[in-house]
Amino acid sequence: MSYYFAIIGTQDNPLFEYEFGTSKQGGDGVARFPEQARHMNQFIVHGSLDIVEEVQWANGSMYLKCIDRFYNNFVSCWMTGGNVKFLLLHAPSQPAATTTTRTSIANPTSPQTEEAIKQFFTEVYENWIKAIMSPFYHVNMEARSPIFRQRVVAAGKKYL
Amino acid sequence: MASAKAARLGEEVWKSRVDKVNAELVTLTYGTMVAQLCKDYESDYLEVNKQLDKMGYNIGLRLIEDYLAKSNTMKRCVNFKDTAEMISKVGFKIFLNITPTITSWTSDNKQFSLIFEENPLADFVELPDDGRAQDELWYSNMFCGVLRGALEMVQMQVEAHFISDVLRGNDTTEMRISLIRYIDDEMPVDDD
Repeated sequence: MSYYFAIIGTQDNPLFEYEFGTSKQGGDGVARFPEQARHMNQFIVHGSLDIVEEVQWANGSMYLKCIDRFYNNFVSCWMTGGNVKFLLLHAPSQPAATTTTRTSIANPTSPQTEEAIKQFFTEVYENWIKAIMSPFYHVNMEARSPIFRQRVVAAGKKYL
Repeated sequence: MASAKAARLGEEVWKSRVDKVNAELVTLTYGTMVAQLCKDYESDYLEVNKQLDKMGYNIGLRLIEDYLAKSNTMKRCVNFKDTAEMISKVGFKIFLNITPTITSWTSDNKQFSLIFEENPLADFVELPDDGRAQDELWYSNMFCGVLRGALEMVQMQVEAHFISDVLRGNDTTEMRISLIRYIDDEMPVDDD
């Protein structure tokens, strides 16, 4: 499983991005997007913003679950109260690696995956609040804090 | 002995005679102010330090009155060591509910350090990453001014400055305070 995580501000402007791979099942945490598809990640994530706007009022929770799909890429969303979107693109490894266990975990819409992503989002959300409480941070400013990045990396390692 | 007594006094005043406000209100108000100063002075951090110190000084001049009223200690401190205890265990305690550690006395008992294990002003803060703030800005510099102002009103001329700050990546937040002289007579002191 490879992940691409992006935070999108209120003007649909990117604030933060981070690419990583799974650390579960002996994964090494390195993203393995196919070279010719890697640059598409930003497009796919950006393209799902319209759907975010459609589903954001549907239920009261911040976690909107898996909202979009583009071929083998799934996009999950968490929407903060301040209209900042956390978008996580997850792409299961190509079916080339066919072990029975691999296919069962890789199911991107299974409740387990949803729960893991929820935990990841929750942790990032907590750290996001801390990061934007810094008096030197302005709304819709790119999140450059190394501490915040570190914590996102740690959350990714822990849950995904 | 004096230390334990001061601690008890501070605790009692904090519990019974102090109005409390939400800590985040304080943190965010102070933070916004520092950020605004940085903007107004176009990131001239040395000037920002100076302004924070000046504000603190003006606060200290008045705050000492409040401190004396609340703590109700009209007895003079017998020496500078006593003063240090009262600053940490009563002063900081009743206004911020922290007790900075007093350490690193010089042999003439005229200089000491306050180590701030916790600093309510600096929660959430990350200094701007422009490569200069980390070396130039003393984020909590208002404290220095407050001490200078307050002690001046009780006939002590001191000099206070930070020498390290966890916000800059140091291990501790440490302020150095030196007694310059006791002001003997009530002559107006020329302000800087």
